[in-house]
Amino acid sequence: MSRLAPGHRGCAGCCDAMAANFVLEAVGDDAIVVSPTGCLEVMTTPYPESSWEVPWIHSLFENAAAVASGVDAALKAMGRKGNTKVVAIGGDGATLDIGLQAISGAFERGDDITYVCVDNEAYMNTGVQRSGATPYGASTTTSPAGKQSFGNPRPKKNMPAILVAHDSPYVATTSISYPKDMIRKVKKAVDIEGPTYVHAHAPCTTGWKFDTSKTVEVGKLAVETALWPMYEMENGELSNVRKVKNRKPVEDYLKSQGRFKHLFTMDGGKDEITKIQAIADWNVKHYGLE
Amino acid sequence: MKNKMTVVEGSYTVAHSVKVCRPNVISAYPITPQTHIVEDLSQFMADGEIPNCEYINVESEFSAISALVGASAAGARTYSSTTSQGLELMHEVLFNVSGMRLPVVMTVANRAVSAPINIWNDQQDSISQRDTGWIQLYAEDTQEAGDMTAQAFKVAEEREVKLPAMVCMDGFILSHVYEPVILLEQDLTDEYLPKYEPEYFLDTKNPMTFGAFADPTTYTEFRYLQQKAMDNALEKIEKAADDFNKIFGRYYGGLIDTYKTEDAEIIIMAMGSIIGTIKDVIDKVRSDGIKVGLVKVRSFRPFPVEAIRKALAEASVVVTLDKNISLGLNEGALLTEVKSSLYNTDINVPVMGFMLGHGGRDIPRRTIRMIIDKAKDTMRSGIAVESEFADLRGDLV
Repeated sequence: MSRLAPGHRGCAGCCDAMAANFVLEAVGDDAIVVSPTGCLEVMTTPYPESSWEVPWIHSLFENAAAVASGVDAALKAMGRKGNTKVVAIGGDGATLDIGLQAISGAFERGDDITYVCVDNEAYMNTGVQRSGATPYGASTTTSPAGKQSFGNPRPKKNMPAILVAHDSPYVATTSISYPKDMIRKVKKAVDIEGPTYVHAHAPCTTGWKFDTSKTVEVGKLAVETALWPMYEMENGELSNVRKVKNRKPVEDYLKSQGRFKHLFTMDGGKDEITKIQAIADWNVKHYGLE
Repeated sequence: MKNKMTVVEGSYTVAHSVKVCRPNVISAYPITPQTHIVEDLSQFMADGEIPNCEYINVESEFSAISALVGASAAGARTYSSTTSQGLELMHEVLFNVSGMRLPVVMTVANRAVSAPINIWNDQQDSISQRDTGWIQLYAEDTQEAGDMTAQAFKVAEEREVKLPAMVCMDGFILSHVYEPVILLEQDLTDEYLPKYEPEYFLDTKNPMTFGAFADPTTYTEFRYLQQKAMDNALEKIEKAADDFNKIFGRYYGGLIDTYKTEDAEIIIMAMGSIIGTIKDVIDKVRSDGIKVGLVKVRSFRPFPVEAIRKALAEASVVVTLDKNISLGLNEGALLTEVKSSLYNTDINVPVMGFMLGHGGRDIPRRTIRMIIDKAKDTMRSGIAVESEFADLRGDLV
């Protein structure tokens, strides 16, 4: 089974390397991987080295979905499609922000690709700038906490809902902290014909500011506080939800990371935490997590 | 039946050429005046006339060319067509295609760029992509645009080249004109253009990494090798034209073509559909005893420096005509390149440039005649103005 070869330049505790390994385990050797620009691309392919043991292509930041469509079309046209899976693995910036249009095009056309978003909630490759996936209240280098700022002023863009609205046959959320869940969902996604989407929550030790040994732990806290709901949508219908037993307060998640530290020290920070708790409560109700 | 002429639209001639070149993936987004090409190709697809081909209806030009990055890297023969704003939107990807050495072929139905928005012909769009690492060929008429399409695949896919190629044809003037042409025959095209068999492609049986990042220790060499490939393309463009002539019996020049230059004192240089008008005027002024010749530039990238030096060596004055301008330099690209080609040589000939035909402004014979008269003045008294608009409306400025 293909895995990411050792020697890549990922940080200790890197969520991207874990995500890539899980995707590779799920798709097997008969796959072609497309990566947009981002940490994963940079850390795995410093010419003339590569960590990829499946055919892999990187073009630009905003076009991974279109490149994947082209690969899929070429395989079909030349009679080489067989059972080969075409999988794009992109970060949240490449997916929710700059690459959104190309993804919309590929999903609207119904191309037979799977897109996996590894969501570490900011532009980590360029030094932790906010993206459309940065959560409410997180301090980043372009949404810093300050005398008049509690950090990022907007909640995360709901990317899975956007792709459900494209009539995708399969949209799922998962987390790199739950390898079995992620591998199962990616495998299911690639086995379903048509454009499918898996959105994996992925804690970044560098950007979120936690110890390199805590990646999995922090990811679990997001799920256990209901800030990151894990579900599957098949043909537009919610088909499976990971229930949250003994739900923890959001403070448990927030205090595990430096990017939310200001909420515990600033005047008014408590009110902000209350707002974040409301997001978790909404998730519980909306997705039926309890 | 061979060599049967038929009257069709220029866009159809090109679409037919694309079809018989047997592409595997076509990806395009509609934009005036390119639309008829992609409509004709879509109809061919709907009628099952292009076997082993997928047509991707993308949501933008950016995705049109991006999809071809994936398709070409996967080993497919690939084609797109665009113009103007669409080509400008592709700009970032154009560098990527050439940097990854993918032999994509694309027709550019040349059109002005916005603002002000204008759908008519000039060549600012493709000239603005000069440094993206694409081969750029310019067609004089619709027959040449169709034939050049096959030649472009041939050159782009050469092992020593492996670069993308644009076939530039003037929007409306060529894309929408109905002319008698010989459509490329399938059997002859198959003989001319063999199946595309890349050495490296995305292959699950032999995994490779495409599009790795290069740091300062290796990046320079990628650029150097692209330039070497452009150098190699010079010979391959000549060869593609010669081979085409052998099989189809038609020839328009290789890198350049010349018209009555042997004894010419004044040599005009230009690209695209304006060539026909210039030839008409040359025939007329020669009957008045003025020795004028023409150098038609077919290949703008790679720029045929040696061929141009040779063609201009005996001229008394050289005139370039440009449907584009480098704002801030007040020169069209051909003027800049021709002057650059002659510098540091023994050829000491005055070169004067005229910009004309912007945004589809008509170029009548009298404009060319006026330019020839100015060139005669230059022969007598030297250059007064090196570069100017030939068809400026004084009443508006």
